[in-house]
Amino acid sequence: MGAALWMYVKVFAVGGLLCVLGELLVLKTKLTPARILVAYITAGAFLSAVGIYSPLAAFAGAGATVPLTGFGHALAQGAMHAVQENGVLGAFTGGITATAGGITAAVFFGFIAAVLFRPKPKT
Amino acid sequence: MQKSASRKERIAEYKELIARLTPKSKVGQGCLRAFWVGGVICVLGQTLIDFGMSAWHLTQAQAGTLASIVLVFLTAALTGVGVFDRIAKYAGAGTVVPITGFANAMVSPAMEFRPEGFVLGTGAKLFTIAGPVLVYGISASVLVGLAYYFISL
Amino acid sequence: MNAPNRMGNQTIVYRNTPWIAASACAAGPREAQGPLGDRFDLVADTPDFGQESYEQAEVALLREACRICLDKAHVGEKSVQAMLGGDLLNQIMPSSLAARSLRIPFLGMYGACSTMSEGLLVGGLLVDGGYAAPVLCTAGSHYATAERQYRFPLEYGNQRTPASQWTVTGAGVVLLAQQGDAVYGKPLAKLTRGCIGRVVDMGVNDANNMGAAMAPAAAATLCAYFDDTGETPERFDRIITGDLGYVGSELLLEWCGKMGHSLPRERMMDCGLTIYDPGQDSHAGGSGCGCSAVVLSSYILPKLQSGEWQRVLFMATGALLSPTTSQQGETIPGVAHAVVIEGVR
Repeated sequence: MGAALWMYVKVFAVGGLLCVLGELLVLKTKLTPARILVAYITAGAFLSAVGIYSPLAAFAGAGATVPLTGFGHALAQGAMHAVQENGVLGAFTGGITATAGGITAAVFFGFIAAVLFRPKPKT
Repeated sequence: MQKSASRKERIAEYKELIARLTPKSKVGQGCLRAFWVGGVICVLGQTLIDFGMSAWHLTQAQAGTLASIVLVFLTAALTGVGVFDRIAKYAGAGTVVPITGFANAMVSPAMEFRPEGFVLGTGAKLFTIAGPVLVYGISASVLVGLAYYFISL
Repeated sequence: MNAPNRMGNQTIVYRNTPWIAASACAAGPREAQGPLGDRFDLVADTPDFGQESYEQAEVALLREACRICLDKAHVGEKSVQAMLGGDLLNQIMPSSLAARSLRIPFLGMYGACSTMSEGLLVGGLLVDGGYAAPVLCTAGSHYATAERQYRFPLEYGNQRTPASQWTVTGAGVVLLAQQGDAVYGKPLAKLTRGCIGRVVDMGVNDANNMGAAMAPAAAATLCAYFDDTGETPERFDRIITGDLGYVGSELLLEWCGKMGHSLPRERMMDCGLTIYDPGQDSHAGGSGCGCSAVVLSSYILPKLQSGEWQRVLFMATGALLSPTTSQQGETIPGVAHAVVIEGVR
């Protein structure tokens, strides 16, 4: 029980800190959120390739994988594993295969939301 | 020449004036809110992963995918009923940085451009904000894969 | 050869002082909750105003404001000889679509949020020169349509910065008639002078700080007017800016001071700071073509009619940006046009 609780503390702290870094980027650099997402996913893929992100993911679980850096990490790991199995073709198939669930969900639920709901200005 | 220098000076002077008179965002408050909301979203993700692994006997990778899909679904539902942007207004990067930000960036334009039709509105504009994330994320994964291939030759 | 109705470099003099015969405005629910809410001629219960899209809602608000204004002046659409109007959207479609249903000869105006004073200035010339009367001047905007064109989808989760402004959902229209033409009832006010603004760019590229982008243009127009006419700010009951908001209003005072014209704070008024309560979370204030148009119709003209104010300078301010040039790194030019409006005694 103690170990499980400690894991959740690590998830909360690391996930929260990655968000604080994003908030500081928003407030201090005037980067738009879209640019921050691009920076996060690219940074995650790079840190994963050089072997830094996997230990972080092992340490903090969802605290490292749920932020967009984790998305980049999954893309990079997918590409590298697929290269191991299928050779150079894997570089083109591995990334999307590993992240297919999240991307497909965003496309599909986005479409469903557009069918069901209308946007509203808040008053 | 004299004139262009004085225009530059005037612009610099005006920029200083703007910096002095424009109210600043509250950094401490923004970071605190981003921290706790972002942390909670990640804890929710971990709960889903643990649930998938213990109840459905999924592998770590499968459980991670399950967590992504559920978080994306929750974001889509909250965006649809007009609640997500209120949470994001409070949390800032706390909702942008997790996968919830990616999902909201897909769902909100899909809804917004519905009046332009399901094909050219929803279908085409779905990617207006999140498209770059896919372009750079996927391109980075290809580069990483190629680099890995050539290094391990 | 000097133009005979010209004063100095930028100022024009209306020899025949066109009358403002009638005016009307329509606005959205958020604006109705503001301090001017009970003065609007029409309030939309919902932001979509019962229409298929927010663009259609913007058209409907503008069209209804025009109809109410013409009703007040007891004049049919066919009798109006020109309509000068504009808005914020691409190809000023809302104004064109409203003009389509009104069937009034139409001149499209674009001055971003300076459209109301641009329309009054040019419409006043048409009336003054005896080329058209009556003339309808219009301006409108809608929060939802402006957001999607300039910023983000409505349901996109982002934080607004403290200097950002809130686009007004609303439309304001004014009917100009020839001086002495009493068939439309007692006039509200008259136009006596105008000042065509220069496009001024002081290198601001922050699209979330429009007040800062527009303030130098407002300062330039004010200084040009005072230099051309030799008048002082004390000649006006109010010097009214369009939508500089909190940040831009402060910048205007400072920047005018540096240019040698100190403005008395107690005579300054900004429509963007008038339309919402500070508690309405509009950050630095309201903005949009509809902002100055609605405040002109619901607040400024009634005060001139009642005699509480005798003479005001109405100067709507526009930030001339497009998402395309902004993304290409271009800075935001501003423009401000002024008209002097006086009570009819």
